[in-house]
Amino acid sequence: MHELSLTRDILEVVLQHAQGRIIRKVRLHVGKLAGVEIQALRFCFDVCAAGTYAEGATLVIEEIPGRAVCEGCDKIIELSSLAARCPCERKARLRIESGEELLIKEMETESCA
Amino acid sequence: MCITCGCSEDGQATLSNEKGEHTHILPDGSVLHHTHEHEHEHHHEHNATSAETTPTLSSETPPPSPSQQPHHHEHTHHEHTHHEHTHSHHHEHTHVHHASPHASASPQSQPLELHLLERRVLDKNDRIAERNRGWFAGRRVLALNLMSSPGAGKTCLLERTLREISGPTAVIEGDQETTMDAERIRATGAPAIQVNTGKGCHLEAEMIWQSLQQLPLKEQTTLFIENVGNLVCPSLFDLGEHARVVLMSITEGEDKPLKYPHMFRSADLVLLTKIDLLPYLDYDLPRALQAIQEVQPDAQILQVSARSGEGMEAWYTWVQQQWTSHHQA
Repeated sequence: MHELSLTRDILEVVLQHAQGRIIRKVRLHVGKLAGVEIQALRFCFDVCAAGTYAEGATLVIEEIPGRAVCEGCDKIIELSSLAARCPCERKARLRIESGEELLIKEMETESCA
Repeated sequence: MCITCGCSEDGQATLSNEKGEHTHILPDGSVLHHTHEHEHEHHHEHNATSAETTPTLSSETPPPSPSQQPHHHEHTHHEHTHHEHTHSHHHEHTHVHHASPHASASPQSQPLELHLLERRVLDKNDRIAERNRGWFAGRRVLALNLMSSPGAGKTCLLERTLREISGPTAVIEGDQETTMDAERIRATGAPAIQVNTGKGCHLEAEMIWQSLQQLPLKEQTTLFIENVGNLVCPSLFDLGEHARVVLMSITEGEDKPLKYPHMFRSADLVLLTKIDLLPYLDYDLPRALQAIQEVQPDAQILQVSARSGEGMEAWYTWVQQQWTSHHQA
């Protein structure tokens, strides 16, 4: 479950940035093709955040749809999985344009006392 | 987990070298070195050796989760309850759990601040991977990351390869537990270091960096990194390798690339292993080849058997080609 490692990295970034402020919300962009199970990420976040300044913080995850250009027909297609193919059936290479994002966008903290 | 002392727990990697010296990488990135020369009781051994703790790049930052770190808690416990002990820990841990949000009063009344971060989650791993790549370039080392499901034949392939390939070689072995594979590798004469990831399901760039500090590598070494057997997690983590080799044994069925597209999409080379078993199986070879090509049209595909030797020369030639393309003479 690599979501655990990813969560640790997310928390390291936000906690470092928060500099002792209490974190209320963390917003992520997770692409549909990023290879990340969102439910697992949420579970790990709640577990790992316990006992830190991010405990109880809301994790807002915006899923970014997968989009690719088919090099067979030059059309842009929606891609729900990396195993999906273009309906043109040329079995050509797909150039992924979006959907592989794994970004910490922003967070909300309480103000410094 | 360290198999001798059992002192590593969740989220910690353990490295074991030939002398039985152990290095533990704690979740916050700090590193513990120790040996098992003395018959000390578990806790004392930690106290005695934690003075050697060396902070690493990442130890400047507070740990994400103190409650998830058994070591951390243990040390904290000692510090707070046994004041007669003299400790010399160099952990740069911030004890944020002393000031958890629930201990503070009326959080609702606080105005909120918005912080724009725009940081890639894998940024830290990728930066360390880049440092590994620089390390390899400086020493003219070719690093290959071997990935597959458990039992596809990674160690077996390496055993034969290390005996037959020309030039210096070395291996970083990734497994959740045991040093068995590193021992198999050392039996071939190649230096090997075992990384036990504990509950971790993949190798990360930092584990490779720590291993490189312990592995004696000559110039012009081909370094094989045998990742943890897993077709999902390792694909996300750049280790600083020059190329990725994904093994798929023909006993696993033809559809693995379609079921695990992330892994196969990242492959530079796919090795179809155990090809000597083809006469005994109802294996649809064309279908398997097509599945690989569908997911990763750019990957080269070779059919090999480490048992019979079939196809192994082509694999060695591919390794030589990597030398040419990544380290121009």
